[in-house]
Amino acid sequence: MKRIIQNIATALLIAMIASSLLSCRKEVISRVNQYPALAPTNLDLNADTWRPVLVTDPTVFTVAAPDATTSPAYIADLNEIKGYQRSLTDDQRAIIKYWSAGAVLRWNEIMRDLVAKHNVPPYQNPDGSYPAPSSANPFNYPEFPFSNPPFAARAYAYLSAAEYDALIVAYHYKNQYNRSAPYKNDVTIQALIPKSDLPSYPSEDAVVAGAAVQIMKMMFPTEINYIEQKAEEEKQYRIMAGANTRGELNAGEALGIQVANVFTARARTDKAGTAGGNKTIWANLASKTIAKGETAWVSLETPKRPPMLPLFNKVSPFLFDTLTVVALRPGPPHSTGSPEFAADQKEVLYYSQHATRENEALVAFWADGVATYTPAGHWNAIAADEFVKQHYSEVRWARNFALLNMAEMDAAIVCWDTKYAYFNPRPSQVNSVVKTLTGVPNFPSYTSGHSNFSSAAATVLTYLLPDRGTKFTNLAQQASLSRLVGGIHTRQDIEVGQATGKAVGQYAVQRGQSDGAGIGN
Amino acid sequence: MMKHLLTRYYKCIAIVAVFCASIQQASAQMENDGIMIPKNYICAGPMFSTSSWTNYWEGTYKRNNGNIGKVTTNMYSFMATYGITNDLIVTAGVPYITSKASAGTLHEQKGIQDLSLNLKWRAYRLKTDKGTLSLFASLTGSIPLSDYEADFLPLALGSHSKNFTARAVIDYNYGKVFFTGSGAYMTRSNITIDRGSYYTTELIYSNQVELPQMSDYNFRAGYRSKYLIVEGIADISTSLGGFDIRKNDMPFPSNRMNMTSVGGNIRYRLKSFYGLEFSAGDDYVVNGRNVGQSNMIHGGITYIFGLARQKTVQDKDSFKN
Repeated sequence: MKRIIQNIATALLIAMIASSLLSCRKEVISRVNQYPALAPTNLDLNADTWRPVLVTDPTVFTVAAPDATTSPAYIADLNEIKGYQRSLTDDQRAIIKYWSAGAVLRWNEIMRDLVAKHNVPPYQNPDGSYPAPSSANPFNYPEFPFSNPPFAARAYAYLSAAEYDALIVAYHYKNQYNRSAPYKNDVTIQALIPKSDLPSYPSEDAVVAGAAVQIMKMMFPTEINYIEQKAEEEKQYRIMAGANTRGELNAGEALGIQVANVFTARARTDKAGTAGGNKTIWANLASKTIAKGETAWVSLETPKRPPMLPLFNKVSPFLFDTLTVVALRPGPPHSTGSPEFAADQKEVLYYSQHATRENEALVAFWADGVATYTPAGHWNAIAADEFVKQHYSEVRWARNFALLNMAEMDAAIVCWDTKYAYFNPRPSQVNSVVKTLTGVPNFPSYTSGHSNFSSAAATVLTYLLPDRGTKFTNLAQQASLSRLVGGIHTRQDIEVGQATGKAVGQYAVQRGQSDGAGIGN
Repeated sequence: MMKHLLTRYYKCIAIVAVFCASIQQASAQMENDGIMIPKNYICAGPMFSTSSWTNYWEGTYKRNNGNIGKVTTNMYSFMATYGITNDLIVTAGVPYITSKASAGTLHEQKGIQDLSLNLKWRAYRLKTDKGTLSLFASLTGSIPLSDYEADFLPLALGSHSKNFTARAVIDYNYGKVFFTGSGAYMTRSNITIDRGSYYTTELIYSNQVELPQMSDYNFRAGYRSKYLIVEGIADISTSLGGFDIRKNDMPFPSNRMNMTSVGGNIRYRLKSFYGLEFSAGDDYVVNGRNVGQSNMIHGGITYIFGLARQKTVQDKDSFKN
């Protein structure tokens, strides 16, 4: 007996020490750092004929004619490249590797990073009220912005659409000036990224950087240092890689800024700035609902937080007009006194009381709550992983992200319109026994934001990538389902939200079908 | 906060161990006392602890949160120690944990947490007229026994990492008065969470999370006799890395979780039914960072018995080192 126990004890110890040694820690690698260098299969040289979002005439933007390749200025630019290439450090090579994956892709990631960083709800005041971020005093707590889901969807849309229009204009001038890349004009310059026949004046990377910086400065004013540092790094990358001269970058950046200014002017008057509402508006939402004989939404936070962006429905959509927002609004949810409503609530309660590990994982995967890039950002991440495999040109990257993100922003507008038209309570408000597998968002239940965002995104991505079959639709279904089994939404919330999201996505598809770009390679 | 649970758990195990006059009073899953049990003896039993907090530190800012109220963690564990030789003992423990918040909507968590195994070796002993000095080395490993959700703070049952701890212990007693000090270093494996990206101080696109390593210092002193141990304890546990919870942000497994706690234990062995022992204690967090300010009350029962029939437990004064 004692010999047996002794042997078991020894064996257990050896096993445990061995497993500890084997479980040694590994460096965590972000999968976005493993993307390959961009090598477009199609240059999309006809992109100057594609339909932009806001720009109507490329010739209203100034792009000075480039210096002749025999000019002293150009030769000096080539010498700058040669100087870098003579002694590249490991850090500089890492910068080349990072940016070579693509400008539109990396700026989309930078935006996702900033959204996640600023997606933290403000902490209450001592009196139980909540301070609101102010774009006029962005550094005062709470810092501007609180990049919640509607804010984020709008930010991604402006970024993507501005980059898209800026690239269309850039292509106009690229084709007009038809300057070839530095490594083609001087054989001693190496191409440290895949070579391209795309005319290099003005630089497409700098166009994207110029546009992105302008949009991000507006959306994330406390991050200007960081944003500009990234832009400098990107321009340096193009020079080090032998892909652009300083003159090409300066021209591109200036153009990107000009085009982005068209978008920032729109953003300043798109009514997002007043979407937070005020005390009177918040109170009216409740009283209007109660007058209809319905239970009104109440914040489940302590202290009670004002509802998130109740006037976001007033924001100007990209894909349709404000009348269409109202037309897309679904009919009312089940009356809070009806048997159908009770049956839906009962189903949520069932999932709450029968939480499985699988459901926990599903809910966590799609939660996209505090300190994340939000549901719209999640769909950008999903799209990016797919777009990388397609070897798109920069302009097609921008166009596809623009379609996706205009659909996400407009889905947010339509969804928020519905939420505040009906001001419907969350399951945990109806029945406090309903416990949730993630945090409950601080806005009305009907319809599910995740379902709107996900179905809109899946509709656009399925159009862009038809060979993926039902992949995106299935993912969207999972996202919606996660809200039901997580105790956040009823089945009606998600099913109606899916239908609305799909309808919004169709507007982006129609736009894509008629913008001259087609679905590409 | 997770570390909180982790720490709490190991402290619980410790109780039983102290109980058993054997092992494992620890903030970091290590035994850190100066007690052994003899060769071919087994000490085993259940224990219970309940820990709760209302205030917590968000970075260094102390606050409460109306959306979670009071967080209560109960632990029901079983542990057993076996004397391989008179100078080498092995201890195993398994806890079942429930964790819930009194306010808000977050779903209660419950389940079996991690199996821990500890090997404690008395490397040196010097007896003089002025008392006894002993040195110990201890190794502890733990592995999760269930697929609990680590990324559900503050209610997660644990970090779901595989941990490995090395500790050195020095113990001195003069008569019935003793002092024990120890230091430990714990490595924790990466964990896999359910989502594909997360924000620390930047957005990381992976479901793998690197947890900070930890150090722990433990000091205990008091009265130790054949039938009774009464001791006071101080413990300093520090994350060697990690990041702070930002204002009003959610906690995350790789936060920098630090904790300084004080407490006391009492253990009593029956004279009328030799081998049966009772223990109880309390442990209170006096300072912390990214953890709850918990108070833990614990208690347990153990029984110690020899495997060799010709010996009785009275033959060995197992409480003494």
